[in-house]
Amino acid sequence: MSLKSLTREWEPMSYGFLDASAKREVRRKMLKAIAVPGCQMPYASREVPMARGWGTGGLQVSCTLLNPRMSIKVIDQGADDSVNAVSIRKFLARVSGAPVTMNTLEADLIQSRHRIPEEVLRADQVLVLQVPNPEPLRSVQPNLSIARQMHADADYGRMWLQLYEQIVRSGRVMQGASYPSLVNGRFVMTPSPIPRWDVPKLNMANHLTILSAGREKRIHAVPPFTRVEPLVFDDVPYRVEEHGALVCHRSGAKGFFMNEIPQDDGSSSYEVSDSEWGVKTIRLAEGARVEMGKTWYRNGEFSQ
Amino acid sequence: MTLSLDAPRLVTTQPLLTARDVSKSYGAVQALRNVSATAYPGEVLGIVGESGSGKSTFLRCLNLEETPDTGSYTLDLPDVQGNLFDLDRFGRRMLCAKRIGIVYQNPHLGLLMTHSSSGNVAERLLIAGERSFATLRAKARGALEASEFPLERMDAPPIELSGGMQQRVQLAKAIALEPALLLLDEPTTGLDVSVQALVLDTLKRLQAERRITMVIVSHDLGVIRTMSDRVMVMRRGEVVEAGLADQVFQDPQHAYTQQLVHAKL
Repeated sequence: MSLKSLTREWEPMSYGFLDASAKREVRRKMLKAIAVPGCQMPYASREVPMARGWGTGGLQVSCTLLNPRMSIKVIDQGADDSVNAVSIRKFLARVSGAPVTMNTLEADLIQSRHRIPEEVLRADQVLVLQVPNPEPLRSVQPNLSIARQMHADADYGRMWLQLYEQIVRSGRVMQGASYPSLVNGRFVMTPSPIPRWDVPKLNMANHLTILSAGREKRIHAVPPFTRVEPLVFDDVPYRVEEHGALVCHRSGAKGFFMNEIPQDDGSSSYEVSDSEWGVKTIRLAEGARVEMGKTWYRNGEFSQ
Repeated sequence: MTLSLDAPRLVTTQPLLTARDVSKSYGAVQALRNVSATAYPGEVLGIVGESGSGKSTFLRCLNLEETPDTGSYTLDLPDVQGNLFDLDRFGRRMLCAKRIGIVYQNPHLGLLMTHSSSGNVAERLLIAGERSFATLRAKARGALEASEFPLERMDAPPIELSGGMQQRVQLAKAIALEPALLLLDEPTTGLDVSVQALVLDTLKRLQAERRITMVIVSHDLGVIRTMSDRVMVMRRGEVVEAGLADQVFQDPQHAYTQQLVHAKL
């Protein structure tokens, strides 16, 4: 028996970029995160060829989940064609040999920054969300040791106090993104900076959502069919952005989350934030055969 | 030295608060030595002593912020049983949120200075599980009103308020859930005499109206004399004299108490 017979041949790069021990650790932490929904699991975030804060957490999870038969979709604030989305998509394809797609319905693995696609995800799809700040209590408790104790005690009174302060000062809840949400009735998590529009999509969803913060070295997850409830007062209902009546100026899509584009004359025009949904809408209008998936929202109303 | 406070009393019922042989040391410094105290329902117990005598440490023990080395602490309440020093962190937090109120000498310890005053009061209600915005507003308003806080400023942050107003916000926060026990740690220290008098008047009125059991700590004999039914005198972590307020102030027995009572600038 020799050392050579016990070890693998040297390779210039591991499959999926991360070495086996790194992937094993991320997998274990993902399983823990799935076992305790909403609870943040620390992990040794590795260096990847991208700056911290640009999606390294999501990238490590994607690299760990990849296999050559998976279709990968990467979006950045809903867009498939932003520089960051294109770069990450190319990188994932290069290190895995996996096919890439922009079609939400075809994708097996969707890595996203700050949006959830408009089409309903299936049970066989995994959504990986990039998270800049995984600690929802940071704004009310800067000491992370105490914040962890607060999570352990389910001491979330100050999260409601934050909402109370917003209503007192502005007359309404001003939390636009990263809306704190109670997962499975136990842990409050930040759903990453997705708009309020997207938070209901996580509730009792078919798909698995994994949220990973590379800089902060934390993973948390929302398993399929898990309750995700935005924190609200009994007498102040949760409200999503009022985008139901807005029409996309490029595709004509209506009733979905829109990006506002300020115009020179002071007015605004809008385009649908989920770029692939916009492309599908245009192609459909042009007479092409396009498979349009079922959407979470219909005419601006959550319909699931 | 251990002195029993059970002998001279105004009303004879079960004590609400019973602390026995509480000792606490920080390294080589013995902050409390076998301190025992009782407070009866609706009574005001004053604790007086020089700086460093251990009175604030004892109060922090009663507020379950500190765990003493030895001793026991019970509250005679229907849903509270056993030695409270044995409670875990969660139990302490829930008990303190619902049954014990505290006003600190330094408002920065008791208040979120950049949140609204009503929000500070609401925080206590939120910890206790209240989730209706309208109820939170109403209860915060009621507690601030009872503390004689000007309601037109109820949404101003404490950092913008005077020291007296900050103490009123602390008081409103402390009484918001109608606690069984109210702990006051030098509540008027640092305030000018006229504001001191106003805060003490508010405390006396609240005590008379709600019959809250209070433990007040001060180095100011005037405050203790004005407020207290019974008095404990502490020195170097020990109780040196205890009794009815008038008895202690008019006929002090211990040399240190005599020195305190007769001290003049």
